[in-house]
Amino acid sequence: MAKFTGKKPKETPGLNMGSMSDIIFMLLFFFMVITTMRESTLFVKITVPQGTEVSKLEKKSLVSYINVGVPIPKEQKKLGTDSRIQLNDQIAEISDIRQFVEEEKAARVEADRPLITTAIKADKDTKMGMISDIKQELRNCGAFKIFYTARKGERK
Amino acid sequence: MAKKSTPGLNTSSMADISFLLLTFFLMTSSINTDQGIARRLPPPLQDNQEPPDVRERNIFVVKINSKDRLLYNGEIGDIKDLKDRAKEFLGNPMNLDNLPEKETVEIPLLGKMEVTKGIISLQNDRGTSYDRYIEVQNELAAAINEMRNELATDRFGKKYADINDDQRDAIDKAIPVAISEAEPTKIGESK
Repeated sequence: MAKFTGKKPKETPGLNMGSMSDIIFMLLFFFMVITTMRESTLFVKITVPQGTEVSKLEKKSLVSYINVGVPIPKEQKKLGTDSRIQLNDQIAEISDIRQFVEEEKAARVEADRPLITTAIKADKDTKMGMISDIKQELRNCGAFKIFYTARKGERK
Repeated sequence: MAKKSTPGLNTSSMADISFLLLTFFLMTSSINTDQGIARRLPPPLQDNQEPPDVRERNIFVVKINSKDRLLYNGEIGDIKDLKDRAKEFLGNPMNLDNLPEKETVEIPLLGKMEVTKGIISLQNDRGTSYDRYIEVQNELAAAINEMRNELATDRFGKKYADINDDQRDAIDKAIPVAISEAEPTKIGESK
């Protein structure tokens, strides 16, 4: 072992940080892509109404969305020009809400089920008949917590 | 010329920069939560259940017709007056006979409080626009928020948004969200 003894004391080799940035960049790109993907799947055009007393939606993990509005021009040939409901990524009917709520409930743990909130994201030109139907259906399904999505705005 | 070896770029700060960007996107994607007005639906009516009997002075009827016009207790009204009307109705500061009764309730942190028995009844047509409906809901929320703010400033010296959870519960009990929505009359039309 005399071969090695003449050497100076060992230094701990520095960690190679070169690949660190690549990993972080990958994460960065992942989040950038994820944040834009959600918006693009809407088939209905929604301009939410304005309000001055809006509050933030809490516990985002317990929220399921019901989108209501007139189909976008590209889809109007297929879906018509009346207000339609969109659940997740497909156009649905009032009668589909029950199943939607059941699925949303089933996806949560037992303790969270009474707390799930349904956010109604509706276009401001929607007629209340549609909204009332949705609210009645939600009442019958036992999803009592609702949230009317609105934009923060100045007093008119 | 002698061959110079190019000095290696120090890339260790690259990770820091990208971390910074990463945290920025993480933050912005979660901050962008939806805003709006939270409400609670009543449980469905049982078949044999009678609607509770409410005295006339305890009820303030707001009707919105299909042309988005408003009716307060049978009189044509303007949206601008709604907040003050609602505040006057729920507060009843002069203890008038035609405004709602009050009930003395013991509330922790606040002591004996006079809680109004008033209920705002909101009725709308199937043809009412959602925009108008939200506007009305917003005005009613504004009335309640203002009253809560006043009480919070009076008792705790802070705004409603800045007090702690226990204090907020107490205020919520003293000034409840007393908005009742009528059962829609023409259900099942679109089915």
